[in-house]
Amino acid sequence: MSSEETHEVVVTVNGSVRSVRVPARRLLSDVLRHDLRLTGTHVGCEHGVCGACTVLLDGQPVRSCLTFAVMVGGAEVTTVEGLAGPDGELGPVQQAFRERHGLQCGFCTPGFLLLTTDLLARDPDPGDDDIREALGGNLCRCTGYVNIVRSVRRAAELAGEP
Amino acid sequence: MTTQWFGERVERREDERLVRGAGRFLDDAGHDALAAAFVRSPHAHARITGIDVSDALDVDGLVGVYTWDDLPGRLADPLPLLIPHPDLTHPRTQYALARGEVNHVGEAVAMVVAVDRYVAEDAAERIVVDYEPLPAVVGLDAARAGNDLVHEDVPGNVAAVTTQELGDAAAAVAAAPRVLELDFAIERSLSSPLEGRGVHARWDPEDGRLRIRTSTQTSTGVRAAVANILELPDVAVDVLTPDVGGGFGTKVVHPYPEEVLIPWAARLLDREVKWVEDRYEHFVSATHERGQQHHVRVGFDDDGTILGLEVDFWHDTGAYAPYGIVLPIITATQLPGPYRHRNYRVTFTSLYTNTVTVTPYRGAGRPQGCFVMERTMDRVAEALGIRRDEVRARNLIRPDEFPYDFSMTFQDGRPLIYDSGDYPGLLDKVRALVGWEGFEAERASPSADGRRLGIGLACYVEGTGVGPYEGAHVHVETNGRVMVATGLTSQGQGHETVFAQIVADELGVHVADVYVTTGDTRRFPYAVGTYASRAAVMSGNAVALAARAVRAKAVRIAADALEAAPEDLAIESGVVHVRGTPSRGIPLSQVAVLSNPLRYSFSKEAQAATQFASPADPDVAPVPDDDEPGLEARDYYSPVRSTFAAGMHAAVVAVDPETGTVEILRYAVVHDCGPLINPMLVEGQIHGGVAQGVAGALLERLAYDEAGNLVNASFMDFLMPYLSELPVPEIDHQETPSPLNPLGIKGAGEAGVIPVSACLASAIEDAVGVRMDAMPISPPELWSRMREVEVG
Amino acid sequence: MKPPPFAYHRPADVDTAAQMLAALGDGAKVLAGGQSLVPLMNFRLAAPEHLVDVNHLGLDDVSMDDGEMVVGATVRQARLLSDPDIGAVHPLVADAAGWIAHAVIRNRGTVVGSLAHGDPAAELPAVLAVLGGSVDAVAWRDGRLATRRVPAAELFLGPLDTSLAVDELAVTARFPVLPARTGWAVEELARRHGDYALAGVILTVTVDGSGAPVGGRAAFLSCAPTPAVLDLTPALGDGAGPEAVYDLVAAALDPTDDIHATAAYRRHLAATLAGRGVALAAVRARESAEVPA
Repeated sequence: MSSEETHEVVVTVNGSVRSVRVPARRLLSDVLRHDLRLTGTHVGCEHGVCGACTVLLDGQPVRSCLTFAVMVGGAEVTTVEGLAGPDGELGPVQQAFRERHGLQCGFCTPGFLLLTTDLLARDPDPGDDDIREALGGNLCRCTGYVNIVRSVRRAAELAGEP
Repeated sequence: MTTQWFGERVERREDERLVRGAGRFLDDAGHDALAAAFVRSPHAHARITGIDVSDALDVDGLVGVYTWDDLPGRLADPLPLLIPHPDLTHPRTQYALARGEVNHVGEAVAMVVAVDRYVAEDAAERIVVDYEPLPAVVGLDAARAGNDLVHEDVPGNVAAVTTQELGDAAAAVAAAPRVLELDFAIERSLSSPLEGRGVHARWDPEDGRLRIRTSTQTSTGVRAAVANILELPDVAVDVLTPDVGGGFGTKVVHPYPEEVLIPWAARLLDREVKWVEDRYEHFVSATHERGQQHHVRVGFDDDGTILGLEVDFWHDTGAYAPYGIVLPIITATQLPGPYRHRNYRVTFTSLYTNTVTVTPYRGAGRPQGCFVMERTMDRVAEALGIRRDEVRARNLIRPDEFPYDFSMTFQDGRPLIYDSGDYPGLLDKVRALVGWEGFEAERASPSADGRRLGIGLACYVEGTGVGPYEGAHVHVETNGRVMVATGLTSQGQGHETVFAQIVADELGVHVADVYVTTGDTRRFPYAVGTYASRAAVMSGNAVALAARAVRAKAVRIAADALEAAPEDLAIESGVVHVRGTPSRGIPLSQVAVLSNPLRYSFSKEAQAATQFASPADPDVAPVPDDDEPGLEARDYYSPVRSTFAAGMHAAVVAVDPETGTVEILRYAVVHDCGPLINPMLVEGQIHGGVAQGVAGALLERLAYDEAGNLVNASFMDFLMPYLSELPVPEIDHQETPSPLNPLGIKGAGEAGVIPVSACLASAIEDAVGVRMDAMPISPPELWSRMREVEVG
Repeated sequence: MKPPPFAYHRPADVDTAAQMLAALGDGAKVLAGGQSLVPLMNFRLAAPEHLVDVNHLGLDDVSMDDGEMVVGATVRQARLLSDPDIGAVHPLVADAAGWIAHAVIRNRGTVVGSLAHGDPAAELPAVLAVLGGSVDAVAWRDGRLATRRVPAAELFLGPLDTSLAVDELAVTARFPVLPARTGWAVEELARRHGDYALAGVILTVTVDGSGAPVGGRAAFLSCAPTPAVLDLTPALGDGAGPEAVYDLVAAALDPTDDIHATAAYRRHLAATLAGRGVALAAVRARESAEVPA
């Protein structure tokens, strides 16, 4: 590493406390991917438009490419790797995307999975407008979003099942 | 053979890892690799008069800086011309790093290698390049005018001029009762997959092997390029394709400069080196497409029958032409569409401009050709006062007219002959799906918001499954797994699933027992690549052929072991058994053991298999001359020519005359790619294609200014659609099998995008009476055109 | 696209933050939501040597004070939508907030940050301008914290240019609530959902006891170097024809061309949207006054 000043950042990721020492400018997306080896969060643009880097920060979806890691010390971060169950079983959102072919190349998918998780936590039975509003800021180049929306509806069904 | 998996909506194998975030994309490995960044030209056209790297050398963490002067051997030569053509009289390709001159904003001038990308960019920023700007040629008009040249030794900026002809178009048009002369233009766009390009290389000095991971659509293409350029034996170069976050054509260039420079650096430095393209780089150095201008003369009679068609067009190939003229050839040969042409001449000129190199983007020249043909059909209809669907119906090739020979040469160098189709059937279906007959009533009912409704239609034919071949290896292991490898690559099409479905049916196993690897030259070294809607046709048939060979061998061995006749045996659920007597069977895993005379008992399987072992015949070698050990086979599918899919789209739009906004109220797709291996995946391909088509019609346009700066090189200003910009297409299928391949299938990857601009142009023109001769169209442009119509 | 290096400072209180800005001078920028600043830094279009992170100063109150809604520096844009009290007290601000980018951006972007950034294409500067609101800014001068209140009319100087001094930190925004019998409208048209508008307008209309419009005010997005504020009153009331609003706005605005729209289109769009907005605002004004339509 180079001679830049570094900061210790302690952050809880998917329930585990993690500590890194990084320069101030290191983006949260890079810390998650390369320092913590959680490569499920993807980087598509680094200017906050595509949303492939979306993670939950203290429960809210944010663009990790627009966040310096030093800003989130003490916070809780959820990435796509945190969506599976304790035994590794797929969560309802993940299962739904699989059932409804809500992904093709998979690059945008983690962002959509987290947005869907957040949406259903706030609103277990979202209408089409709610879905559009919640997911309408992330880009997908493969699916035309048709099956992504169908996957969200299916996820609401699955999440509602006992 | 009854099919159990072919045609089923099988959930994808890929999804298990992808929904967990456990995909292995290019940048997901090599965390300790050195990082590369590039100094790229800020000028569209300039001489390089000096490069001063001294300031960069102070950057802590810098490992090396390289310019063209540092490149040895063939790496210092221009990159390969991939597809020569006799009419490509002035081919030009770029140097891996600019040699004294740059020809587009974004061209790589220097490579920086450092401990990480942050530091590499710091160093790159400090490199001072002295440029002497030269006049920039931007846009087809400037290129044609030829006042300035992109390449000094290419007169008039002309890379190629070429003509193909069916019949005698000039005479037919001259003799026609009615003639229209029309001009059309399509603007430049780009693939823009969500994951950019990337290359990750490691040189193993002990093995003498170069291992390259690259986000590519053709691992074998990259391998061949690297081996040749770095002068290594083929066997010393392995290229693996990671999970790829979308390709859409731009990742099929082989090699991009980075794909040879990064491996070279890895070898030079004896370190892992990785380059991960950022979004700005993608805009200014990953290839673009679509920009063309067309001039049409169409001769027709009073019934609307097309008698002759003359098309002259100009194709913007950007600064270089590594792909030669394949793109405009595709436009030229796909422009005819589903119509019964007898006289068609197409001449195109491929022109250089000081902009990013042009190579295929999903659709690959077909959207342009379709736009021209379909707009022309609409104009013919208008001139005669005939319905737009009717004029098409009168010209469609009829089902009994196949094979239909255009006497032209297609992109694969083979005759352009449509093999099968039912175009009138498609027309009936799409009219029904969109509600064509009832539309006038819809239009007539007043709308509270003042918007005007319109309906449009467009048809296309798509040559798919271009050769020359793909191959596959199918291997039943002694553990019962069926391992399949094919050399082409995957970018989200679900190949691991669809190829498994095919093999599972051929072998009589469960689809979950079939494991498919794509794009790994270690597993399968002969391949062409994933593009031109060829993967299902090419590798689908290859895996089928290889699986059939494995099946035949399994049956032969099992017949011997079971003392039955091969024709009395069936394979179900992985067990070869006598028909009607399931208990008299032997699992494929044990057949695999039996197929290898060297039979150490590694497992219970192996032991169990010995019960079937016949006593060895002392006069026959354990492995006969015509046989090999192992329950495996390799086979290739090589088509005599392409197979032609087709489809039709129709749309209803609402245009707000006050603001020029266009909303798509209904979008109907009827699609024929022959039998569907996995209907769910085909629909997904159509959704994605239509999305890119809508984007290309209403949103996406690369904006170069006069100086050759790409003004909208970011996702903020290059308008890829979000969820709310896109319709939900309604889809209906038709299946006319191909007679050209064993599975009877046709390609499906690009179909969704091809006719969308034409369809929407037709609908918008129908809504507001403004001539839609150019795409894309934005609300400001549409509003302005509507004002002209009002005023004029 | 990685950002250039900078020194990171995280003050725990406003005094310290102001002292830092005073000491660091024009080498420092304030880091709040980062949704505008970080993309610029990732593109290396901005390279501040120092960033002063103001997210932990505890300035996350929203309160009422003397007819104004007072919003603290670290209040996120999302809160304007999610907080029902804000929606009740100031529906215009809540409505405008829904047009800002996308939800994910609003989760981090701050209200005050948007105002200090001064983008003429953004909603909140136009809201502040049409309401005649203001921003309170502090600075460390002569050994103590000095405060100044900057009215909207004096705040926005040009694109991404405000009158805030290099050492000033904006700590609150003050949005006057709508007077009686006043309705509002937010009208925007963008190429894509969530994009900066090709043109937009945020306007208010006041009606008299009989429900007739007697006054109005509009601020426009993407039509001028700053949020252009127009008095709509001459185009309202008796004798004003249906085209009056359109004509007034079209005559007053002088937008520019860019790759997304021509000046002529922007002018026409702004005027059209203003016409639509006035009608809606008048309806809302009557509803709020419970005047029969």
